[in-house]
Amino acid sequence: MTTRYTPDHEYIRVEGAAGTVGITHYAQDQLGDIVFVELPKVGQKLKKGGEAAVVESVKAASEIYAPVSGTVTAVNDALTGEPGLINTSPDADGWIYKLSIDDVAELDQLLDDAAYAKHTA
Amino acid sequence: MRYLPHSDAERAEMLAVIGATSAEALFSAVPKSALLDRPVDLPSHSPEFLVEARMRALGGKNRAAGDGPFFVGAGAYRHHVPATVDHLIQRSEWLTAYTPYQPEVSQGTLQMLFEFQTQVAHLTGMEVANASMYDGSTATAEAALMARRLTRKDRIILSGGLHPHYRDVVRTYLDNSDDLICLPASPEGQGDILDRIDDDTAAIVIQTPDFFGHLRDLKRAADAIHSKGGLLIVVVTEVVSLGLLEAPGALGADIVVCEGQSIGNALNYGGPYVGLMATKKEFIRQMPGRLCGETVDADGNRGFVLTLSTREQHIRREKATSNICTNSGLCALAFSIHLGLLGEAGLTRLARLNHQRGIRLSKALRAVPGVELLNQTFFNEMTIRLPIPAAPVVELLARADVLAGVPVSRLIPDDPAVENLLIVAATELTTDQDIDMLGECLHAVLSEEAA
Amino acid sequence: MSMNTQGRPTGTGTSGYAATSGSSLLPNEPLLFEIGDTEHSGVDLPDTTVGDEYLGGFARKTPLDLAGLTEPEAMRHYVRLSRLNYSIDSGMYPLGSCTMKHNPRLNEKMARLPGFADIHPLQPVSTVAGALDLMNELAHWLMTLTNTAAVCLTPKAGAHGEMAGMMAIRAAQAAKGEAHRNVVLVPESAHGTNPATAAFLGYTVKPIPARADGTVDAAAVKAALGPDVAAIMLTNPNTCGLFEPQIIDIAAAVHEAGAYFYCDGANFNAIMGVVRPGDLGIDAMHINLHKTFSTPHGGGGPGAGPVVLSAALAPFAPVPFVRDGQLVEHAEAGHLGRITAFNGQMGMYVRALTYMLSHGGDGLARAAKDAVLNANYVKSRLGSVFSAPFAEAGHCMHEALFDDSFLDGTGVTTLDFAKAMIDEGFHPMTMYFPLVVHGAMLIEPTESEPKQTLDHFCDVMLELAADARGGNAGRFTAAPTRAPRRRLDETRAARQPRLKWERPEMLPQAAE
Repeated sequence: MTTRYTPDHEYIRVEGAAGTVGITHYAQDQLGDIVFVELPKVGQKLKKGGEAAVVESVKAASEIYAPVSGTVTAVNDALTGEPGLINTSPDADGWIYKLSIDDVAELDQLLDDAAYAKHTA
Repeated sequence: MRYLPHSDAERAEMLAVIGATSAEALFSAVPKSALLDRPVDLPSHSPEFLVEARMRALGGKNRAAGDGPFFVGAGAYRHHVPATVDHLIQRSEWLTAYTPYQPEVSQGTLQMLFEFQTQVAHLTGMEVANASMYDGSTATAEAALMARRLTRKDRIILSGGLHPHYRDVVRTYLDNSDDLICLPASPEGQGDILDRIDDDTAAIVIQTPDFFGHLRDLKRAADAIHSKGGLLIVVVTEVVSLGLLEAPGALGADIVVCEGQSIGNALNYGGPYVGLMATKKEFIRQMPGRLCGETVDADGNRGFVLTLSTREQHIRREKATSNICTNSGLCALAFSIHLGLLGEAGLTRLARLNHQRGIRLSKALRAVPGVELLNQTFFNEMTIRLPIPAAPVVELLARADVLAGVPVSRLIPDDPAVENLLIVAATELTTDQDIDMLGECLHAVLSEEAA
Repeated sequence: MSMNTQGRPTGTGTSGYAATSGSSLLPNEPLLFEIGDTEHSGVDLPDTTVGDEYLGGFARKTPLDLAGLTEPEAMRHYVRLSRLNYSIDSGMYPLGSCTMKHNPRLNEKMARLPGFADIHPLQPVSTVAGALDLMNELAHWLMTLTNTAAVCLTPKAGAHGEMAGMMAIRAAQAAKGEAHRNVVLVPESAHGTNPATAAFLGYTVKPIPARADGTVDAAAVKAALGPDVAAIMLTNPNTCGLFEPQIIDIAAAVHEAGAYFYCDGANFNAIMGVVRPGDLGIDAMHINLHKTFSTPHGGGGPGAGPVVLSAALAPFAPVPFVRDGQLVEHAEAGHLGRITAFNGQMGMYVRALTYMLSHGGDGLARAAKDAVLNANYVKSRLGSVFSAPFAEAGHCMHEALFDDSFLDGTGVTTLDFAKAMIDEGFHPMTMYFPLVVHGAMLIEPTESEPKQTLDHFCDVMLELAADARGGNAGRFTAAPTRAPRRRLDETRAARQPRLKWERPEMLPQAAE
């Protein structure tokens, strides 16, 4: 299992051709308390870089882009009732959606742990 | 100059602190060619008593509604506003406060908006309401756009009973979209909209009482549009009617918009007015306009804030639900105070009285030979057909100091089918004497014409 | 993700000051629904009996559930609530870009004359000659002050005027066969309504970066212009409080490229009677009567946003309008349809014209100069301590902009600083806007403030800055402690929206 990052602070955790997408700890800290999440629909086809979801804090609304192209296989419905999960547990309970990846080669264009750490330093 | 506190000595002192030689020097960034080298060609300043005299002269050239018998309605209504309302809204703390962006020092405005939202929700029978819109017509256009966002469909169908000016506003907002269907005017209360609904329909827009005064069957409309996955937008221009008529929310409305002017606000020649917008809780994130919500402060005391503002332009910029950035705060306050004074008991009595005045008016009009009443149903307003075009009749009656109503041709010109139609309204301010005078004058004009 | 962290930050204070409890001068006022009931009423009306033969079976069955108050109860409720508000009449309100100037009461008195307040938009035109005269006269003042060819009075607010102006531009482009132009240029420093309006009308927004001195670079505009650009939306004086020095070049380049120049007139107060925007080459500009011409803000409206138009755009103005003394109510070829049902904000026209006649052309210019003088005075007095990002640009116009670098390392944010101003008796300035400046503080004193008040304000600001830099962060992070409420929990309001009063028994158990 590997995790890759976009420069825009989405992460994707990959197992084979399945990915789990959320926002990083750094991003949730910058945004502040998340109050609402607009989730994609299961079955929705996403293009790399396209808008997949929206998270809103009290002060801002931010689009979540797809790190790679694929089809949404699951969404985290728990966020509807408890959007604060993104703040308390961005990389575990606060995941946003899962997708089946069209082309795993696209992952190579993303940042690894070290590169993302450097990006946010 | 009574509004400017500085003396010339103070100005000089301040310029010295700044290090500038003159007030004009502060405009050094302005290109020389653009700086006026002479005063603008406008009159000079004037003492208060002269300004007042000038304004009184202008106002004196208008015939005020209260100067004589008055039956003009069609989207704005002359009701009594208690003196308390106008006194309160002129208090400095209401009149001269800004939008409540600093909630710690704006709890008055915020709590009032929370109360207003509650009143509007109860009145319309909906779950939530916003903190007001510019007026009923722009609220209608915003509701159509909101329905498009919610359903992800484009087609909007406007009933033939929708106020023609509201139809025009929707048309302008939707940029004359091909997917906007405006049904022809339906002065007889024709129910033609339900046959036009298809799977691509985002919403149908129905006004009740409609432009011609007919009461519309909302339940049937709701069932028809919901079966096709669209929304019912209900428009109410005479909001007092909700004291007597069933709440649109109880009949299946998805979005209710009203012109709130009738409660608390003067006629003002068309503005400022106050638009009401209410909807279901599940739709709030697509609702435009400000929202006030309850919360607590750092000490745990109840307080109110503007909330869900990420929908709005100052944060979402080009992704906002609307470009709207004010509500109609002081008019909403007037509405809220007047409705707070009325309460359920008062509004019910007011609505009954208006309906009773309407019935009295309808009887007097039917008694005039040659006049045909088109309404089977009405609240306080109705449409009559005259044997001759209505516009010149209205002019003749105006010369007799009776403002008889609104000729439909003023809003729908060049249509022979509506040329003889006149919309006539009564309110609690309409006396038996006014009504009898209208009947007599109308009779006189028509018999003279017949002769 | 597109991480927008520039909005208004919020947060609740942490220190343990005593709870604000109700007192005779600082009431904890219950809700209308907690005081009144459905039986009480403050309006005496006869109890009429009516049948339902004309109601078509639609008579109300659902209870209204509206609380009523008798007159003394209502008076007290709304007076007590009002005391929880700050207002211009009670103190300085230095909100940048909002122009919180004095609201003369003559305006209110005139707007209530029956000849203005008690006339109906659809009564015969022959009975409202004075209303048409008034609209004509207001239009004359606005066109003369801006040197433009036409004005559309009807917009209900600034954003609405912007919409009308941009619609006229879209219609003008279409009439020239150039409907394909789908891009609008908007500087980064613009107010949020500008991109919102452009997007609302289907345009793609192309941001123009600001120069290091806070103004727009004519070269950057020229580089962004092209055959796909319909218009530029520029605020002048801009939101950094600066006059755009290259505005004439920009206008010429925009016209050269076949585009139109929309000017946001929110800051017209700085230049009325001194500079006519038409001389700068603008094609459309809305004027906020509630800012520049003293109509009251009313706790958030109603405003009024007439939009002046150049000769090129005049044929596309929306109806209705007064032309040659006649009311034109129906769109002729070219003209846009209605943007609101009736004639716009007549009540605000009366107030604005009353204000104009009071000031006269000479007084308006004097007011603009005093507004600029006051802002520069504040800028000079605070400049030794507060960090001004664009100081090299020279004098500011009617508002002074500072950033938060003077607070570096203090643990105090712009928001904390603003909340501490509340405790000192001032309404905070505009914060975190414009977005191009970090932790922005935008101060607009307006011409209404006497020197004495400005001096007191500056003394307080300097004292606060010294205290923040002296290590007393707790005073700021806990503030306000002397307002009707401490900081409010905005996260809770947004996560569990409670948007109307519910009977206590209907409320779900608290989530915590």
